[in-house]
Amino acid sequence: MRRLAVAVTALSLVTLAACGGSSSSVSSDTAANSSATDVSGTGNDCTSGKTLSDGKLVIGTGNPAYAPWVVDDKPESKKGFEAAVAYAVAEDMGFTDGNVSWVRTDFDAAIAPGKKNFDFNLQQFSITADRQKTVSFSDPYYTTNQAIVALDATKFKNVKSVADLKDIKFGAQAGTTSLDFINSVIKPSSTPFVYDDNAGAKAALQAKQIDAIVLDLPTAFYVASAEIDGASVVGQFPASAAVAGDQLGMVFDLNNPLTSCVNAALKDLTDSGELAKIQQKWLSDQTNAPVISL
Amino acid sequence: MSANVSPRGTRRAQYEAARKRRSTAVAIISSLVLVAAVVILIPHMPRWDRVHESFFNGTRFADSFPRLLRAFVLDVKIFAWSVPLIIGFALLVAVTRNSRSAALFPLRALTVAYTDIMRGVPVILWIYLIGFGVPGLGMDRPWNSPLLWGTVALVLTYASYVAEVFRAGIESVHESQRAASRSLGLSNAQTMRHVVLPQAIRRVVPPLMNDLVSLQKDVALVSLIGPVEILRQAGVDKSKFANFTPYIAAAVVFLLITIPLTRTTDYMMERERRRTSGTRIR
Repeated sequence: MRRLAVAVTALSLVTLAACGGSSSSVSSDTAANSSATDVSGTGNDCTSGKTLSDGKLVIGTGNPAYAPWVVDDKPESKKGFEAAVAYAVAEDMGFTDGNVSWVRTDFDAAIAPGKKNFDFNLQQFSITADRQKTVSFSDPYYTTNQAIVALDATKFKNVKSVADLKDIKFGAQAGTTSLDFINSVIKPSSTPFVYDDNAGAKAALQAKQIDAIVLDLPTAFYVASAEIDGASVVGQFPASAAVAGDQLGMVFDLNNPLTSCVNAALKDLTDSGELAKIQQKWLSDQTNAPVISL
Repeated sequence: MSANVSPRGTRRAQYEAARKRRSTAVAIISSLVLVAAVVILIPHMPRWDRVHESFFNGTRFADSFPRLLRAFVLDVKIFAWSVPLIIGFALLVAVTRNSRSAALFPLRALTVAYTDIMRGVPVILWIYLIGFGVPGLGMDRPWNSPLLWGTVALVLTYASYVAEVFRAGIESVHESQRAASRSLGLSNAQTMRHVVLPQAIRRVVPPLMNDLVSLQKDVALVSLIGPVEILRQAGVDKSKFANFTPYIAAAVVFLLITIPLTRTTDYMMERERRRTSGTRIR
């Protein structure tokens, strides 16, 4: 069964036919499976035959996964925004917790052209048109804006707009939209420094090699409160027409038919208010940073 | 004259020419088979189109290449100011280690410890330790620059390797050279400066070039502590477009530098070999 499912998925990928050519074989899968699905929580009609292993859902996250997205690097505990969203989506699609397992991948493995070892992957991937040429994204499960974290808040006391930030030496994590934001919106006079992770940015802040780091708002609050002693969020940028907020989406293998099932689940969660509740629980208290106009 | 070449010589010449033609033909055919296998078989792999799109994307290549070239300027700069420092410091270490004065024993012990420790620990750790650690002690700009301390880390690690190369060169100079020099009235220091070092350095130029080729790639490690050089820029582009082609573009830039460098090294090694040994046996 699994082999057939994989073959069907591969076939649909090669022919780039989302449902047309292969729909008959998928539906035969569904028929064979549907009785089992109802009783044991192994997915619904939509997901049947579309996951790596029938009846199971494999979700990818970062290695390590950071709070507030995943608390204590333990997604199985359902603690943290992304862990909670992942389990809510899984539940909506008919998977019991026991049929959900996690794998760890970094960003590169998630976008590599080989076969994926996860059904979907969530680790704050921003949805961009460029990336959509290589991987498929779900609809956004969160929209965020950028924020500034600094050790020396006095330097930012009089910052009202982006124009006041020109002489600040910025740092950012490699491969984030925050770096893009610095280069294309703030445009500081000296080129920003780039680090592999928050640990590097933190060391550079402490060594005064940079004045501030730019991060997405939830991460900024977490980093300022829990990771870097004495740091604070000195400003956040509004999402505007000119600079769209970062929309975070789950990553799928290109044209994976499971995408539509996850999108349906996300829509259910949005409509029922469940997604907002999860957000309230894990990403609250983030409105007290001063807004820097663009 | 040529008409009267002995038949034996002609046959031998014919035989050798035939062998040569044959080996050329075999080399050409085997190369063609290999190329054909790669060119024909790989595109038939099931997900070749995806690999092609991810690694060999023409649009992404053209888009990233100019940015990568601009970022490469930083690599060249770090390389350029590191090399003289490395060579100078390594020479100092090597000469100290080869000193024979009893009074210099503590210094000799120090150089042994230095080379052992620096070579035994990965470069990446020194970059972090010196690049973040030293400025973290409370220096202000510009003295806490990651470029400055990244360079210090590179110089200290590479000097330990290069010092060993120099030491091997110095020890390869025969003891009789020193004896002759001393008997002519040169001091120990003069012997080192005028007799030993000129011969030693000449011998170690090829292995030295090897270390420089490797330094040229390790310069990229400085990007770990902030500065955006070519490999980091390629990584940034990779994430932005979820496409690995920028790394291929960076590799092309690196090859443009390292291939001429290694060819030059080969040429120098060959020249050194010809200078010091007899004719080549086929």
